[in-house]
Amino acid sequence: MIDHPIVYQADQIFVLLKHWLIGQLPSSVQPAAGVLLSVVVIICLFPALFAVTTIIERKGLGRMQNRLGPNRTGPFGILQPIADGIKSLTKEDIVPTSADGVVHFLAPVLLVVVVFMGFAVLPMGRNMALTDMDAGLLFFFAIGASTELSVFMAGWSSRNKYSLLGAMRAVAQMISYEVPLLLSSVAVVMITGSLSLNKIVEAQNHYTWGLPHWYIFTPWGLAGFLIFCIAATAETNRSPFDLPEGESELVAGYHTEYSGFKFALFFLGEYVGMFSISGLGATLFLGGWSAPLQILNFIPSWFWFFSKLMAAICVFIWMRGTFPRLRQDQLMNFAWKFCLPLVLTNLFVTALWRFLGEGWLRWALCTAILVVVYVAMARAEMRSGHFGSRRYRYAE
Amino acid sequence: MTFAFYVIAALTVAGGLAAVLLRNTVHCALAVTIAFAGLAMLFLDLDAQFAGFAQILVYIGAVAILIVFAILLTRNSETPRDGVFSRNWFAGLFVAAAIFAVLGWAVLHSIAVLPNHAAVPAVTVAQIGQALVGRYVLPLEIVALLLTAAMIGAVIIALDEKGRTK
Repeated sequence: MIDHPIVYQADQIFVLLKHWLIGQLPSSVQPAAGVLLSVVVIICLFPALFAVTTIIERKGLGRMQNRLGPNRTGPFGILQPIADGIKSLTKEDIVPTSADGVVHFLAPVLLVVVVFMGFAVLPMGRNMALTDMDAGLLFFFAIGASTELSVFMAGWSSRNKYSLLGAMRAVAQMISYEVPLLLSSVAVVMITGSLSLNKIVEAQNHYTWGLPHWYIFTPWGLAGFLIFCIAATAETNRSPFDLPEGESELVAGYHTEYSGFKFALFFLGEYVGMFSISGLGATLFLGGWSAPLQILNFIPSWFWFFSKLMAAICVFIWMRGTFPRLRQDQLMNFAWKFCLPLVLTNLFVTALWRFLGEGWLRWALCTAILVVVYVAMARAEMRSGHFGSRRYRYAE
Repeated sequence: MTFAFYVIAALTVAGGLAAVLLRNTVHCALAVTIAFAGLAMLFLDLDAQFAGFAQILVYIGAVAILIVFAILLTRNSETPRDGVFSRNWFAGLFVAAAIFAVLGWAVLHSIAVLPNHAAVPAVTVAQIGQALVGRYVLPLEIVALLLTAAMIGAVIIALDEKGRTK
């Protein structure tokens, strides 16, 4: 169906537009101009999406909490993000006297730079990845690991106990959940046989009886996807894992001492981080830009990618409005004593799936192993009291 | 030797020098991170994707964070009044210069030892992976076992003793 000229042109509209624009330039600067154009589009697009997301989030949370949400700026309050942007630009930039000036300034800048770099390898549509890197997934995680450093820099340089505590919590949490995040993605790499995100999408872009071959529709894929979602939520410090910025105990965590546009940069960094991790999850398990049904292939591929991304964002918002925050000990126990063994089991199951060959046997065996391990571990953990009420060591 | 090489090399050397010369230990740790990032970019400049990304993932994502945590958790990160420099820095400088000279000498003479490898080898990540789980699987397993033993040891040291906990 993609062969139809109109469908093809709608699918490739941004690629064709880019080629046409670059074609206007002399050939010596064309490669550099192509990269520059893509980067500018990414840097403009995701902050715009961020503005849309803030209004969805505030309106949605308002609904869930039985209130209206912002409704003063523009019709139904939809111009609120613009007002917020102007406000944060015109506010005074306060740096604490005892703060470490250079590091305090560099932390939000580093966060935003690093977070945007993840989009370099994400395929946002057919032929729509900025670079087709051989080790795209590795690049994504390598870049993601650098955000911890900027969080630490922000917390430490503020010279504030709340900031430092928030930063320590954030770094500990991000390191802990990076392990299940990485290992759940390794299952996808094992089946695809490639670290390139483009190849991972191509491998899922097949249909049987009009239904897609997404990895989420396999036992190991479903288990991996669920662990990936939990770890991604923790990695982006979103509720119910938002302890690093727990207002009731830490004011605002590592960005307590930031104001004006630097605070807006942290805010932007958090949301763009959510976009990139949701995009990665969609690419790894939900077939990236491929359509959910074969007959829907006439809708452009970029539409599907961004629909999946926004659906993931809506789930993030939904979870924020639904779940209470975890405790620090529950958070760590959950990562190391539950997610890690489960994700290791999933790796074993994935290998089994790869070598058992086609047939119902591998479905039955893989599902059985995962369910048995999940139930056994959850029961054992509940009985040992790791997830129940807290046992205090010093205050009794 | 391209323009990019000189920029990255200057950044790396500057990061390394700052790590040694700055007074505040946390600043030193952050400066070391710049040097790590510079090294990673040098690897990428040489088309060694795996080495470059592993450098970022391991050194910036883990080692730098570990250094910073160690500084913060073991003692006060404030700079002592009499500075952080050791009194016998001259001996240290001598040792460092000697090691650098030996390494430089070895690198400069390696072309004579390996004449067939003059051309740039094109090694993809997939090839490295296949070599790791194919030909070099035994060393990989041994390293994995060693690391697991080290991790269990660390956990046991950090574990509360049975009688003391409630």
